[in-house]
Amino acid sequence: MIKNRSIASIDDISEDEMIEIFDLTEKMLSALESQKKLTPMAGKIMATLFFEPSTRTRLSFESAMNRLGGDVIGFSDVKSSSVSKGETLADTIRMAESYSDIIVIRHPLEGAARLAAKFTAKPIVNAGDGSGQHPTQTLLDLFTIKKEIGRLEKLDITLVGDLKYGRTVHSLLIALARLNATVHLVSPPTLRIPHHVLSAVSEKIDVTESDDLSKVIRDTDVLYVTRIQKERFPDSEEYQKLIGSYSIDPDVVSRMKKTSIIMHPLPRVDEIRPEVDTLPQAKYFRQAFYGVPVRMALIMLLLGGEF
Amino acid sequence: MDKTLLISKIKDGTVIDHVKAGMSLKVLSILNITGRENLTVSVGMFVPSKRLGFKDVLKIEQRSLERSELDKIALIAPDASISIIRDYVVVEKFSVALEDRVIGIIKCSNHNCISNTKEPIRPEFFVKSRNPLVLECIYCDREMFESEVLASL
Repeated sequence: MIKNRSIASIDDISEDEMIEIFDLTEKMLSALESQKKLTPMAGKIMATLFFEPSTRTRLSFESAMNRLGGDVIGFSDVKSSSVSKGETLADTIRMAESYSDIIVIRHPLEGAARLAAKFTAKPIVNAGDGSGQHPTQTLLDLFTIKKEIGRLEKLDITLVGDLKYGRTVHSLLIALARLNATVHLVSPPTLRIPHHVLSAVSEKIDVTESDDLSKVIRDTDVLYVTRIQKERFPDSEEYQKLIGSYSIDPDVVSRMKKTSIIMHPLPRVDEIRPEVDTLPQAKYFRQAFYGVPVRMALIMLLLGGEF
Repeated sequence: MDKTLLISKIKDGTVIDHVKAGMSLKVLSILNITGRENLTVSVGMFVPSKRLGFKDVLKIEQRSLERSELDKIALIAPDASISIIRDYVVVEKFSVALEDRVIGIIKCSNHNCISNTKEPIRPEFFVKSRNPLVLECIYCDREMFESEVLASL
């Protein structure tokens, strides 16, 4: 039971609890698809403290709570909050605790969610901390794989793009290490996975690192693409040269297994060509859609709602 | 002539024995001993030891150790034993202890970790491995290896 627990990392959720979350996600999905009005969280308030801008994650959390009949308060602009006056995170959390039943936090510094959990008895959910963890993104990624591939075991997964700064990738990799997946990391040499992330998983599972997607594309079940940000490169010519070699187009997809899927945490820019969107492997919009039922299930379990 | 006694006895002070070979200068640095304190200090480096193979030994006159200093020594020399000497006699002997958690002794090496800001907490680490030393920040999960721990002491 994860009731009243804080979720700072995907490691805070056991295998059994993950199954429980996904079972409830299925029920939420059916309720959403049948447009059934739900009210199990009526009278409950979720605080969304976004110290860093985010569109998708915040809207997805807020939509999830609203769909459950609960209310949402919060901020998404640090300038308009007391943080700009120099308040510590500990104090902000103590304040938010008295106004809400569950606190969702995104913060530019790593470890912020875990620190927040020290200063409140209310459940804290990490919605991304620096380049650290993003456990609800990982839950929805795993749910997408389970739903679209049909299993979470014995997967061949390729993570491609910016593996250095992308927190979704770091969080997902930690979860994949627990699922005995075979993982291929494909990135430009300058955007390789940080040593501390790789060392935490390389003893547990088979991991390969390269800068060439063609070597692994045929065998992969899941191609997880992340955005290579322009600002990571000193000049735009270098970026343009590089982005081409990592761009997923119909030709790349034609070399993939028929049963494989393509995922992306979004927003995407140039890394997946729009022509790919209509191909059966493209699951990234479905993946984004699953964010709401997954978060609904998590909120329900953390607050102990009846469904 | 005594063939075994490498370092002469001290009258009053502290003996730090079974220090991991190569760490004695770091221990002096932890104790802020620069050589200009008018303290008599003897250092034995790479001394043969039955237990450790080789070890370092420090004998410091007129100096006792603070709790925080012992905690730091435990990080880099977990086998170290401390003897308090009064009038050439050992009046107390104990080992340093590296607990399961290291609290408030060193800072996280991740500059982007929340524990390095003005929050009302002390930096805290799990001891993931004692030999080789690996600490893990309880906030950001970053692992710190011996070289980083040494650099931050």
